[in-house]
Amino acid sequence: MSADHKTTQLDAPLSETTRTVTLVSWKTAGVLATVTLLYALLLVAVPHSGDTRFLLSQRSDFFQIPVVVLPSAPLAWVCAVVLLAVTAVAAVLTARRRRTPTWLVVVYSAAALTGFLAWAGAGSPRDLSIVGLLGGAVLWSVPFVYGALGGVIGERAGVVNIAIEAQLLGAAFTAAVVSSITDSAVAGLAAALLAGALVSLVLGLFAITYHVNQVIVGVVLNVLVVGLTSFLYSQVLVPSAETLNSTTRFTAVPIPVLSDIPVLGPVLFRQPLLIYLMFLAVPAVWFALNRTRWGLRLRAVGEHPKAADTVGIDVVRTRYNAVLVAGAVAGLGGAFYTTVQLSQFGENMTGGAGYIALAAVIFGKWDPVRAAFAGLLFGFASNLQNVLSVVGSPVPSQFMLMVPYVVTLLAVAGLVGRSRPPAASGEPYVKG
Amino acid sequence: MRLELRGITKRFGALVANDHIDLVVEPGEIHCLLGENGAGKSTLMNVLYGLYEAEEGDILLDDEVQRFAGPGDAMAAGIGMVHQHFMLVPVFTVAENVMLGHEQTRGGGRLDLDAARAQVREISARFGFHVDPDAVVEDLPVGVQQRVEIIKALSRNADVLVFDEPTAVLTPQETDELMAIMRQLRDEGAAIVFITHKLREVREVADRITVIRHGKVVGEASPTASDAELASLMVGRAVELTVHKDAPTLRDNGLRVTDLVVTDEAGTVVVDGVSFEVSGGEVLAVAGVQGNGQTELTEALIGLEGDVTGSITLDGKELVGRSVRRILDEGVGFVPEDRTHDGLVGEFTIAENLMLDRSDGPPFVRRGALQLAFRDRFAREKIAEFDVRAQGIATPVGRLSGGNQQKVVVAREMSRDLRLFVAAQPTRGVDVGSIEFIHKRIIATRDAGVPVVVVSTELDEAVALADRIMVMYRGKVVGIVPADTPRDVLGLMMAGISPEDAKGEVTA
Repeated sequence: MSADHKTTQLDAPLSETTRTVTLVSWKTAGVLATVTLLYALLLVAVPHSGDTRFLLSQRSDFFQIPVVVLPSAPLAWVCAVVLLAVTAVAAVLTARRRRTPTWLVVVYSAAALTGFLAWAGAGSPRDLSIVGLLGGAVLWSVPFVYGALGGVIGERAGVVNIAIEAQLLGAAFTAAVVSSITDSAVAGLAAALLAGALVSLVLGLFAITYHVNQVIVGVVLNVLVVGLTSFLYSQVLVPSAETLNSTTRFTAVPIPVLSDIPVLGPVLFRQPLLIYLMFLAVPAVWFALNRTRWGLRLRAVGEHPKAADTVGIDVVRTRYNAVLVAGAVAGLGGAFYTTVQLSQFGENMTGGAGYIALAAVIFGKWDPVRAAFAGLLFGFASNLQNVLSVVGSPVPSQFMLMVPYVVTLLAVAGLVGRSRPPAASGEPYVKG
Repeated sequence: MRLELRGITKRFGALVANDHIDLVVEPGEIHCLLGENGAGKSTLMNVLYGLYEAEEGDILLDDEVQRFAGPGDAMAAGIGMVHQHFMLVPVFTVAENVMLGHEQTRGGGRLDLDAARAQVREISARFGFHVDPDAVVEDLPVGVQQRVEIIKALSRNADVLVFDEPTAVLTPQETDELMAIMRQLRDEGAAIVFITHKLREVREVADRITVIRHGKVVGEASPTASDAELASLMVGRAVELTVHKDAPTLRDNGLRVTDLVVTDEAGTVVVDGVSFEVSGGEVLAVAGVQGNGQTELTEALIGLEGDVTGSITLDGKELVGRSVRRILDEGVGFVPEDRTHDGLVGEFTIAENLMLDRSDGPPFVRRGALQLAFRDRFAREKIAEFDVRAQGIATPVGRLSGGNQQKVVVAREMSRDLRLFVAAQPTRGVDVGSIEFIHKRIIATRDAGVPVVVVSTELDEAVALADRIMVMYRGKVVGIVPADTPRDVLGLMMAGISPEDAKGEVTA
């Protein structure tokens, strides 16, 4: 885009045009430079030698790919050079008042990751499973993606869904109890849906009906649900763990043919039902928001509620509807904890995943598909720690536990471009 | 369809906004509802449109009593409204806005956008609107947005159309076009209610005129009545419509703005290479349709804009880059465009608001302590001098009428030693009596030798106050012309046509 880009056609008289200039910020270049510096420091201060073994297939796979063995130090340094180059390009672009293209950031991230894995896995006799890395990322992203979808639906209708954390945790608890009693993971899932919607109902009551500040209600709900589930856990679940807190889980259901595709097959198509449902939910939410009457009205209410009111749309009812659906969707994510990941509920087991989902909403610019990809990224960051501990990485595991949060922070602070939230987001609608 | 309002009464607490109002609008008639800001016109129409519920009275359509629980019911009954503040979703397309609320769907619950597009094109063609159904509303000029509002109403087969202050955001030419559209709608048999406080428009287009004052119908007037008659009916006493001023006595000192460029957060150049000079003792009126950079220009003068290049000098001193405080200290008085938002703290008393900009030292503050006695004496003097009608200086400003609030702002800004006075929309939402007063004070400031910049989107006001008029369009200066330039020429300039071309077009 040129520095003084004309917004209207050329045949308009000169006075018809409003000049715009591209404003650039040094944020992206700054983040890239910081990460590059930290990475280089890591390589210099804690040098590793030996080979890194990248494993691309599993023993059970139809197609077998041999283990790729690469010398780690040269690979890590090649990646460092790439990082430096991308940082330099970003800096030059910014100096010329141009934006850093997204693909460049993707190249950077891939190089940083490869280099880091090469460094971390150096000299380890064990293989670093790429399938485990990616498949785990998909699995771990489940609460983030469902949570982010719930966040997007709520906020597009004008209600900030800070209570995602409460919806996840409440749903995880409910799913655990119901699945344990009924011996059915599907029943647990249905219960999770209802639990998420129930949290939403409380959010709606205060935020929509009583015009209470949505952020405050959301945060209070999050704290409330932590307290409530912890109380019930210690008073009810612990004494009778056998009957109430021993869930039936979803098991991986390989999809014939598709699951035999090298690398991608096991990553995407050897997963439990809840993950396949997620693959469907993302486009479904996108379609519902953008192509249906329900979505049009929902977005109208989130952008300009009064305009919606003047064409006969019931703002309050539309917002309740959206918030309940949002809670139910987030509830599906909560079910992950007790019907996929573990077979029991644990105190505060979501550990802030709802807030990461909220970050995914913003990183995804309030679009369900982008938000889902953001959730996937955060899922990857969460899973990194598991994979590295298998390889026997030298990084302390407590440090790696920080990674998803650091990635979230960098993504939201450094890499989010210009984005505009729904205009009436967070604003209660008061008639008249 | 014949609309009748019978004894409509609407109260907000103790305030009676509408007091037993009767109104009949026949099909094929433009019925003008004339009244000052706050007279209760918009309240009445919101009752009609189902946004408010009246305490008493009936709405009748073709002699049948209607009950509207909400705007949906009113629309279903055939009432359409073109709102003063457009009820359009800015990020939606024209078609999406038009279909919203009565969407047609195809299989699978999908929106039938093609049907909506066809409807937009059909109505556009009927009235010669040239509206692209796929254009995003926020990218359209306000005049076109208003047409989208009209299409929206017509797409629901409205027989009664209410235009609520529709010309506030239009250029004079766009206003003329709107009048033509209203006549066309009338000739097709629609019953039209036209709400306004602009006398010129009333006489041009109205078939009948009902005047409302303090929530009551005070009489009917004929479209042939003079401006003075209509104004006195509207205000309740004889009013002075023109501003008396002598030829300016220019002084050397003054304001000089050179190549001023202001860029907003999105990278749009909102003030684009603006240069002008204002001598002491002169009023420069900045005319133009709302949103063409006037707001940002005034904010740049006072130091409120972030991304500013160019030069602003006052008596030779550079102001760009200085803090607001230091600019005020140079003797700049500033009346912001939106007094409730930027000019006053609603919860504060009159006395507190009058000293808002003086809290940095004597005589209002000594050794960190407010000098309450001095403050109150000062406030009493000022409310007497500026004719602020209030119970006392301890009244919260938020409880005052628009006119009295504005007088508090003007009093504060004029009670320092001024070397520049900048007023943005000084009489917006102000009653006619206060307008007279504020105009007189502005002229008095000019006659005291102060350079004055007045921004007004009301061309009448700009013409009345100005010694010279600067017209802005899309952030640029279209031209600076004498105050006696014909309205037609100014109107064309407001649409971005250079003064030379505009004069040529008008004489042609």
